[in-house]
Amino acid sequence: MTTTAPAPVTATDTLLDFRNVEMTFPNGTIALQGVDLTVDRGQFVSVVGPSGCGKSTLLRIASGLETASDGTAGVAADRIGYVFQDATLLPWRSVQGNVELLAELGHMPKAERAAKAAHAIDLVGLGGFESNLPKQLSGGMRMRVSLARSLTLDPELFLFDEPFGALDEITRERLNDELLRLFVEQQFAGLFITHSVSEAVYLSTEVIVMSGRPGSIVGRFEVPFPMPRDPDIRFTPEFAELVGEVSHALREGHR
Amino acid sequence: MATLQEVSEARAVRAAARRSAPRGSRSVAWWPPLAVLVVLVGIWYAAAAYYDHVRGLAFLVPYPHLVAKAIVAPTMPDGSPSTFGTDLWSALGRTTVVSLTGLAFAIVIGVAWAMAMAMAQAKWVERSLYPYAVVLQCVPILALVPLIGALFGYEFASRVIVTVMIALFPMVSNTLFGLQSADRAQRELFQLQRASRFARLVKLQVPAALPSIFVGLRTSAGLSVIGAIVGDQFFQRGNPGLGVLIQVTASRLMGPELYATIIIASLYGVAVFLVFGLIGRLAVGRWHDFS
Repeated sequence: MTTTAPAPVTATDTLLDFRNVEMTFPNGTIALQGVDLTVDRGQFVSVVGPSGCGKSTLLRIASGLETASDGTAGVAADRIGYVFQDATLLPWRSVQGNVELLAELGHMPKAERAAKAAHAIDLVGLGGFESNLPKQLSGGMRMRVSLARSLTLDPELFLFDEPFGALDEITRERLNDELLRLFVEQQFAGLFITHSVSEAVYLSTEVIVMSGRPGSIVGRFEVPFPMPRDPDIRFTPEFAELVGEVSHALREGHR
Repeated sequence: MATLQEVSEARAVRAAARRSAPRGSRSVAWWPPLAVLVVLVGIWYAAAAYYDHVRGLAFLVPYPHLVAKAIVAPTMPDGSPSTFGTDLWSALGRTTVVSLTGLAFAIVIGVAWAMAMAMAQAKWVERSLYPYAVVLQCVPILALVPLIGALFGYEFASRVIVTVMIALFPMVSNTLFGLQSADRAQRELFQLQRASRFARLVKLQVPAALPSIFVGLRTSAGLSVIGAIVGDQFFQRGNPGLGVLIQVTASRLMGPELYATIIIASLYGVAVFLVFGLIGRLAVGRWHDFS
């Protein structure tokens, strides 16, 4: 067994290139097995799978928080955004302070990061809430702050770990639309982990289906709908059919 | 029969009345504790009357008004003015100095101790230092008193040392708990940006620790008052504080003066607790529910 750190990828259009990635935890649990996955510029890839199938581990390897126990996990992006399951805001900082945090940790000059944060806050539609504290915001607004915080990095690759899982349906759909708009405007590549098949199909250019433990890829679906997407495509027969196919693959893989 | 609209309007009016009710109820919130005080003073009068008339030992439970007089305008038994007033306030002053000095040392030592444990790269540093914080908590201070006196004399220094020993543990344990309270995702957020240990300490761990540090501070402040009075009773040389005054008035059977000293000592403890609670609320109340 060889341990490999994230290796640089040569092809400029591929930002993330996983080949035969395996993850075995010290306690012997095999979380991932033989995972091949690429994310190119202009792609938004969603990963759906049952709980505990190692979806999040995939993301943690991509971000560098964990190291794959075998295979090559290549990441070519310099600037990586990471959105956690929770908004993960610092409760003592205002919206502005929270959004500036990452740039601040990267030693960006004060005036520059303030301007960057102000722009990111506008992008997620939170203009006017700059001086509010996290406890004064709703769950959806907190998640917007979390998105804005990562946007200040101008990410080439954006990693999402079930970011909208805890939100109610209406807020979730609205944030899906916002995310699609940001994807089109900001031109990052996305790797999105979710439980929801319809969310995955709606947001993505490609949907990956994973099996239960040990997690491996059991299905790949190209999503043909062009960007930008009309929210109403969710009510078309083509959309429903694709959701059905993905759900079917999910059930098969879970067996 | 009332129409639907009338019924709903009436309901709206009642609901509005309920919403504005808390404003009114706040103004009546002070009287229940006051009622309890009145009852307690009543019981005290009854007990004082019993000790005065039945047992003939009036100094054991003096009448409340005599105690109040001992605080406000003390007199000798023959009616001439006494120096007890000056004694009481200067003793309070000295106890304040001892307790706040001890508290200051407890804060500095406790926070530094906890920081050393939390910052240490290796878990073994925490493992080797924490037991001593617990041991310190478990050692009966009274067992060390003769030794402290012999080593550091029977005056100010020894009183402060006893105060520090009594007040230290809540600072250590609360600060350590606070420094470790940042959740995993928050720590990973810093890790992803390759933040230095120092940046993580200053921008994450210390702010996250503030609420529990202030809880520790409030507890330690209360304990420092106890420490100062206990220290006083053992180390009686030098300028006396409230502890010495309690012993002196007790041994001379000066009932009202003894009770007056006990009450002033208690009020000082309450005041310290309230002031440090207020400091905590001012410091972190903006973003944390500090109760």
